[in-house]
Amino acid sequence: MLERRRIERTAKGEIRLRLPRDERALLRSLPGQLRRLLAEAPDDPSLERLFPPAYDDAESEAEYRRLMGDELTDGRRRALRVIEETLDEERLTRDQAESWLTALNDLRLVLGTRLDVSDETLLERLRPGDPDALEVSTYAYLSWLQEQLVEALAGDFQQ
Amino acid sequence: MTTLAPAEVEVEHPRAADEVEHDRSWIVIVWNDPINLMSYVTLVFQKLFGYDRAKATKLMLQVHNDGKAVVSSGTREKAEYDVARLHAHGLWATMRQD
Repeated sequence: MLERRRIERTAKGEIRLRLPRDERALLRSLPGQLRRLLAEAPDDPSLERLFPPAYDDAESEAEYRRLMGDELTDGRRRALRVIEETLDEERLTRDQAESWLTALNDLRLVLGTRLDVSDETLLERLRPGDPDALEVSTYAYLSWLQEQLVEALAGDFQQ
Repeated sequence: MTTLAPAEVEVEHPRAADEVEHDRSWIVIVWNDPINLMSYVTLVFQKLFGYDRAKATKLMLQVHNDGKAVVSSGTREKAEYDVARLHAHGLWATMRQD
């Protein structure tokens, strides 16, 4: 089922996307959910990992949040939008691939926080009738996809 | 399981009045977390700081094994810029005076 790479670097250094239709449908459904959460429930605990504190003193932290908060949120929204807009493409530009990387990671941070992922093997938790089974599977799928994208982009950087 | 509370860092002693804050060096710390992929963290260190693969991998392993690593340092402005870029990439970064 998952024998074929979905994201890879071509000999020319392009980033190629090969997503089956049902995976595209899944990926199409996720960005909107996160965008809604960011807009409607910015204090939701599952978003905490997207906005970790920079400072340990409250005053500096409040100032950092005031200066950077909107920019960090806007960057995340833009990256989510790029996934939605380029799902059906066969090739990604570098900028698009960077946005995919950010958005896939953000989706994993939110799902992983919600699922309370720890270092134990994630799939060992799955039990028949597990109400989180779909989210656990989605988390694992996104991790698998992100790993391929990281590998494809790693060639751009100094060895 | 990682905690979402602010990382444990030493409490700074009150500064003497004549110490000028911006003259002191700040460090940027990345903390271990169970979600970010090791390969991704290495890539982010390469991308943001221009480190080669070996240095970025060493720092990533230090985060993974020791729970944290100092990844950059400099003025307060530079540290804050680095922290913001790390946050934009979803890494758990904090900063403090060295």
